[in-house]
Amino acid sequence: MDRLLTVDPIKLKDPLELQIEAQSAVLLMKPEGVSNLSRRAFLGFGASALVLGALLPSMPVRAQTAAAAVKPGTRIPAFLVIGKDNAVTLLSPFVEGGQGINTGLAQIVGEELDVNPSRFTVECAPPGPDYAVINGLRMTGGSFSTRSSYPLMRRLGATARDMMIRAAATKLKAKPETLKTEDGFVIHGASGKRLSYGELAPVALALPPRDDVALRDPASFRYIRQPVARLDVRAKSTGKAVYAIDQKLEGMLYAAVQHAPNQGTTVQSIANEAAVAAMPGVHSVHKLPGAVAVAADSWWRARKAVEALSVSWSAPAPSGLDTVAADYASDGLLAALKSSKEAGLPAETEGDATTAFATAAKVIEAEYDAPYLVHGQLEPPSSMARFNPDGTLELWAPNQMPELFQSVAAQTAGLAPDKVILHSPMLGGFFGRHFLYGSANPFLQAIQLAKATGRPVKVLWSREEEFRMDALRPLSFSRFRAAIGKDGRPTAIQARTVGEGPLGRWFGAVFKDPVDSSAVEGITEKPYAIPNRRMEYVKFPHPVTIAFWRSVGHSMNDFFYEGFLDEIADAGGQDPFVLRMDLLKDKPRHRKLLETVAAMSGGWKRGPYEVDGTRRARGVSMASPFGSETATIAEVSVQGGETQVHTVWVAFDPGSIVNPAIVKSQVESAVALGLSATLFEELVYKDGVRQSHNFDEYPILSRRSMPAVHVEIVESGAPMGGVGEPGLPGVPPAVVNAVAALTGQRIRSLPLAKNKIGV
Amino acid sequence: MTTLHVNGRAYQVAVEDDTPLLWVLRDTLGLTGTKYGCGIAQCGACTVMIDGTATRSCQVPVDSVGTADIRTIDAIEEDPVGRKVVEAWVAAQVPQCGYCQSGQVMAATALLKQTPHPSDGDIADAMTNLCRCGTYNRIAAAIRQAAG
Ligand code: FES
Ligand code: FES
Repeated sequence: MDRLLTVDPIKLKDPLELQIEAQSAVLLMKPEGVSNLSRRAFLGFGASALVLGALLPSMPVRAQTAAAAVKPGTRIPAFLVIGKDNAVTLLSPFVEGGQGINTGLAQIVGEELDVNPSRFTVECAPPGPDYAVINGLRMTGGSFSTRSSYPLMRRLGATARDMMIRAAATKLKAKPETLKTEDGFVIHGASGKRLSYGELAPVALALPPRDDVALRDPASFRYIRQPVARLDVRAKSTGKAVYAIDQKLEGMLYAAVQHAPNQGTTVQSIANEAAVAAMPGVHSVHKLPGAVAVAADSWWRARKAVEALSVSWSAPAPSGLDTVAADYASDGLLAALKSSKEAGLPAETEGDATTAFATAAKVIEAEYDAPYLVHGQLEPPSSMARFNPDGTLELWAPNQMPELFQSVAAQTAGLAPDKVILHSPMLGGFFGRHFLYGSANPFLQAIQLAKATGRPVKVLWSREEEFRMDALRPLSFSRFRAAIGKDGRPTAIQARTVGEGPLGRWFGAVFKDPVDSSAVEGITEKPYAIPNRRMEYVKFPHPVTIAFWRSVGHSMNDFFYEGFLDEIADAGGQDPFVLRMDLLKDKPRHRKLLETVAAMSGGWKRGPYEVDGTRRARGVSMASPFGSETATIAEVSVQGGETQVHTVWVAFDPGSIVNPAIVKSQVESAVALGLSATLFEELVYKDGVRQSHNFDEYPILSRRSMPAVHVEIVESGAPMGGVGEPGLPGVPPAVVNAVAALTGQRIRSLPLAKNKIGV
Repeated sequence: MTTLHVNGRAYQVAVEDDTPLLWVLRDTLGLTGTKYGCGIAQCGACTVMIDGTATRSCQVPVDSVGTADIRTIDAIEEDPVGRKVVEAWVAAQVPQCGYCQSGQVMAATALLKQTPHPSDGDIADAMTNLCRCGTYNRIAAAIRQAAG
């Protein structure tokens, strides 16, 4: 590629800090996890996967001519549609799944365009080079949406407003300087004439955009930084919001599937195919890669029929990429991670840890681990496909990367990418669920079934099939050592992380760093002044499909590190809050957060102390996820071996914000998910199969366990950080540290539910 | 043929007797406001009111409903209590992804119909629907607000 597309010079402090050619996004998600494979079961689609692999490198070249001409985020008509009735539709590069991005974008664009955000309709844009606004890449993830597009979206709004003014000037034969705007109208002061954006749009949006339009002075913001109401709450409170699962096409068949019990095995035979084909409403029975499917005239009939199929499956192969051996077990994997002898690659090295350990007054060591987790988004995955008479394939598929899904759909259907019309519906929760994860996405089945039946098909996975196929937050392991000086302060810290991260697995083609940042983030780049550090990483591929999960590596690593930091404090006879303040002497941003969260909670006290006759204690933690900073305090009690979290306080510094109300609700939501993982969640593999099949066997946080959550936003003015994920990582360590303060029990393996906690 | 009374209208449906009410509502009648989350009465996404009682429709065989009065989220604003609940939901900005909220609003409406001024304990007992986005505290606040 000879040309890199650059967007606004926003500083991204994350793994994605690089320039990617927009048109090469298709290259990104390709499993790189297991190298020594004879089986190429990529996508679970055998032969077609090989074709895909062979074609991928050539695709960007084909796409380049069209795409290279476009600078993402600059062509106004690709983003704004303004109707005669002055209704404003914003085509968003991002997909809404609860994080509030639609409202945030309406605020940003509306501020500069001069349209009240409440009058916006925001839709996820179709695939196209205009929307590759994250340094040449398009995705909804990594808590990138707002921070990556904020300058761009402001400029977009301001540029469009300028076009409105210029169009009005021509029409009114007035000088642009004599015109002003007011909530969707251009107004000529002298004559009092008002022209709506809607009437100006056909001319205005065709004007050449200026690239030097002044932005509004932040001091005069009316919408940005205000708690503007979300655009979608009424629809979502009245059942009118439409998700992928709700969509329907004329003449559509409903399909249900039954996946192979052991991932990577294939259908050998079906004993009762004819009998099932004769069940009420059944249209047809299908063998798919790694699954059987039934198409019927209703989903319930399809499901009953597919579950009635008596299928024999091939014997599981040895573990490999997307093949899980018959004896695979998560505790076996954990044992293997622990006993790995492979030399680690340096992930972070500072000072001279060897000497520090040799001269330490005390050395402590501990092993931490965290389990596989499912996403558990409440909407089960579905996809709908239709081959149109004009030769196009139309697809409705939940996704976080439209262009990538489009190109893989095109390969599957044997079409050129521009023959695939992709709709990206609103997501009923995602938390990282809807990236491209091979056989964990149902849209490929929808395409195959639509092709096989000649009818539009909607595939819906039952919750049980979702538990079987969801891509998992990887099970993780780190071993820590710390050297403690005579004064009780740590002089060195060392960590050995063994495992695999989703970034290396799915984006390995682009992020070639052998140290997978998504496996070590939260262990590296901690703010504490521990002078000697040696953090190392050993890649250990998992045979199961692994995923991005809200806050990714931080979701377990900050638990590991911050839990161990409390162990360091205890070993040195220090209070954990005081030690943190001390280690952050030269970090005013972090000290401010710690001071804020302490003040929010009425002043730091570790406990135990008594409240209403029960003993309680508190734990503190910090995290630096996705360009933001958090300080968290949790208060817990233990009753009957069960941990109850009463209150969580979070001081949150994302640098600067767009909507304080949405920021707070995102942090509340992240706290809930973090607490769910801390207390309950664990997906266990035994004998090659997953042991949980639905929420009865995989409890998630319910109202009963929901603490009071207090969030305070601190705007330090640092570069804008992420919002959707950063509230999570501080929660597990704060809770575990509180449990240790209360009971003396140090929990190093989550979830708490599997540990016996006693006071 | 089974006759169902949904949101004040009678529908004739030709489905197997054991078909869950949820799927009749969604796929046969096209009332997709009621959601599928688990299918085993764990999550509450499928909550409807049957004769005023919050009921998880994924576990209700259609032939067990008889002539009962079924109310779904799709007609929630026709109900005065439901309307109050919706307004409180909007005021408290409860939904995030929103997927669980049809069921939450139905459960809250049923609660307030039976217990217009619920205690915290009443709310805890009645509001057992799961929310993966963790909106539980806002839900409780909205119910208190709707109760006035
Ligand atoms: S779908 Fe009925 S309770 Fe979950
Ligand atoms: S709002 Fe997303 S599940 Fe409740």
